[in-house]
Amino acid sequence: MSTIVTDTHSAHDAHDHHDHHPKGIKRWLFTTNHKDIGTMYLWFSLIMFFVGGSMALMIRAELFQPGMQIVDPHFFNQMTTMHGVIMVFGAVMPAFVGLANWMIPMMIGAPDMALPRMNNWSFWILPFAFLIMLSSFFMPGGAPAFGWTFYAPLSTTYSTDSTALFVFSMHIMGMSSIMGAINVIVTIMNMRAPGMSYMKMPLFVWTWFITAFLLIAVMPVLAGVVTMVLTDKYFGTAFFDAAGGGDPVLFQHLFWFFGHPEVYIMILPSFGIVSAIIPAFARKPLFGYASMVYATAAIAGLSFLVWAHHMFTTGMPTFASLFFMYMTMLIAVPTGVKVFNWVSTMWRGAMTFETPMLFSLAFVVLFTIGGFSGIMLAITPVDYQYHDTYFVVAHFHYVLVSGAVFSIMAAAYYWLPKWSGVMYDTFLSKLHFWCSLISVNILFFPMHFVGLAGMPRRIPDYALQFADINAIVSVGGFLFGFSQLIFLAVCIKCALKKGEPAPAKPWEGAEGLEWTVPSPAPYHTFDVPPVIK
Amino acid sequence: MSESPEQKPQRQDNSRVITRLLGSVIIMFAFGFALVPLYEKFCEITGFNGRTSNTAAVANYGMEVDQTRVVTVEFHTRVSRGIPWEFHPEVRSIRVHPGEVKVVNFYVENRTGKDVVAQALPSVSPGEASLYLNKTECFCFEQQPLAAGERAVMPMQFYLDPDLPEHIHRFTLSYMMYDLTDQARVTTTASRSE
Repeated sequence: MSTIVTDTHSAHDAHDHHDHHPKGIKRWLFTTNHKDIGTMYLWFSLIMFFVGGSMALMIRAELFQPGMQIVDPHFFNQMTTMHGVIMVFGAVMPAFVGLANWMIPMMIGAPDMALPRMNNWSFWILPFAFLIMLSSFFMPGGAPAFGWTFYAPLSTTYSTDSTALFVFSMHIMGMSSIMGAINVIVTIMNMRAPGMSYMKMPLFVWTWFITAFLLIAVMPVLAGVVTMVLTDKYFGTAFFDAAGGGDPVLFQHLFWFFGHPEVYIMILPSFGIVSAIIPAFARKPLFGYASMVYATAAIAGLSFLVWAHHMFTTGMPTFASLFFMYMTMLIAVPTGVKVFNWVSTMWRGAMTFETPMLFSLAFVVLFTIGGFSGIMLAITPVDYQYHDTYFVVAHFHYVLVSGAVFSIMAAAYYWLPKWSGVMYDTFLSKLHFWCSLISVNILFFPMHFVGLAGMPRRIPDYALQFADINAIVSVGGFLFGFSQLIFLAVCIKCALKKGEPAPAKPWEGAEGLEWTVPSPAPYHTFDVPPVIK
Repeated sequence: MSESPEQKPQRQDNSRVITRLLGSVIIMFAFGFALVPLYEKFCEITGFNGRTSNTAAVANYGMEVDQTRVVTVEFHTRVSRGIPWEFHPEVRSIRVHPGEVKVVNFYVENRTGKDVVAQALPSVSPGEASLYLNKTECFCFEQQPLAAGERAVMPMQFYLDPDLPEHIHRFTLSYMMYDLTDQARVTTTASRSE
């Protein structure tokens, strides 16, 4: 990346600004400020992370021992379903949107997002979506219990009326994501500071730019699928009903046409975060900036051609199996480019290990483990053994928890001084890191073994030979869950401004426009655009 | 945002980008629904989902029978969940030469105390074989009214296209029987035969 020079004029200008905003609840309800909205997104996702996490602990408590102990199977199914839905749509995605809101305008030298009122709306419909979703627990028959993938006919013929609430809240979440994506694209296309060409944009901006296009391409398809589920269940259509001429396998094709790009929506911004943090703490410019951009675009493009690898066992012609298998394996190439670039950035760098760097390093290693198990799953013949076992659970938790979630933690630690104006509690943050790192591996690594041995996912009971490993996994689960309370404590301390005041640029090697404004970032930044040379 | 004059052209730019993006959203929503008929057509051409044609093939008795090949056709029957009917074929599998016309009888018994209308839906695995399975007569082409306690013998006449690919030596023809009593009251048989 190029060096960024801010003229002194704009840096001083930021101080002169007064925060003109209403106080109290009105500030948050009516705000159009990208920083306020970003903060709300981040707190919302943290709350949802704990809600979804407590459901995961319910699952792990039941699976601590074989046999039925704590919950009945139907409630167990509700837990697996809602845990997935909340973590995907409530925790990971809003966290990335929050980071985008906070950082993209500051990284490209824009005063705000391009569409601030829509920004407010896209946040404020989210709490209602999840209120609707969670209120279904109080319906007869409870919350949806068909898995976050809501396969037909589980979600049509065999579901309770909570499906209607599920569909409606999915529609609202989809609208929120689409509006967020439109906002990101318009901001990046039209609001870059003079001199900020596309190939000078920080990688976080680039990865979000590509993610936003993925969102626009697939969230409408999700909206279509949930609508079909709704009409199949309530209005007599037969999109997925074989008796009426439909095809339940069609559901899986439609769902995964959305679902696979969706998993990249949840990981591409992580790549951007890690690509910002590793150079800062290796004190070297990012190795292979352009190749990172192209690799991200390649992953996004390929994500539309691999959906059927989720459904090898539905039976498909050999040619189709081979096509989807090879396409899936091909994704390892651009992903490998990225991992190679991160490692090369660190090579002979003057590395220090502050908490954001620790989380980023853990991301690189653990995400790569998740990538490798992904390649194993891509092999059609062996997928027949791995399909729907705990091996799959281990795979996607390695890429989503120790991948996406760890990168969000890294981002939070990296930018918390900028957001709050105080340094986070270093001791607590390191404690959080080491507890999380150790427990996440106790939690998810043994799942590979029970998965390979044939333990099916989404079942509340299991064969006796899996008892020991499940007990270990559950212990890891509780350790990981409670470790996150340390993170909550760190965030609350920063929000209450308890800590050392942070300088404008707390990280010696950090690059980027966001470090040219004071900490905490003033309410309005870059009203006069900086000049980038 | 400030109202400085240099921001004006940017605003127009915004609306152009927004229009395009909203257009893409609408197109992708429509595309999701367009995939339904596209998938159906795709399956019809490739046999991807193993569904056989539900109109009768023309019986071709003069067709040359390929005596050099024998293909095993397995039959599999199921009744949709929670319906106490009996439904089974007279044989579990038969061996046929491509081109040879065969008849297999299926037995059905309504063990409930009420009149029902049922229909069996076929599915072939591997799906590729479905393109070469020609049924000249099949109970699955139409709905079967069954009075309470009634038994019926339902014939299915078929032949295999001699163009059946060499690597297919065995395939399964599965029938799933659905209770369409509720739908049959509102839908006529004619409109369902499409």
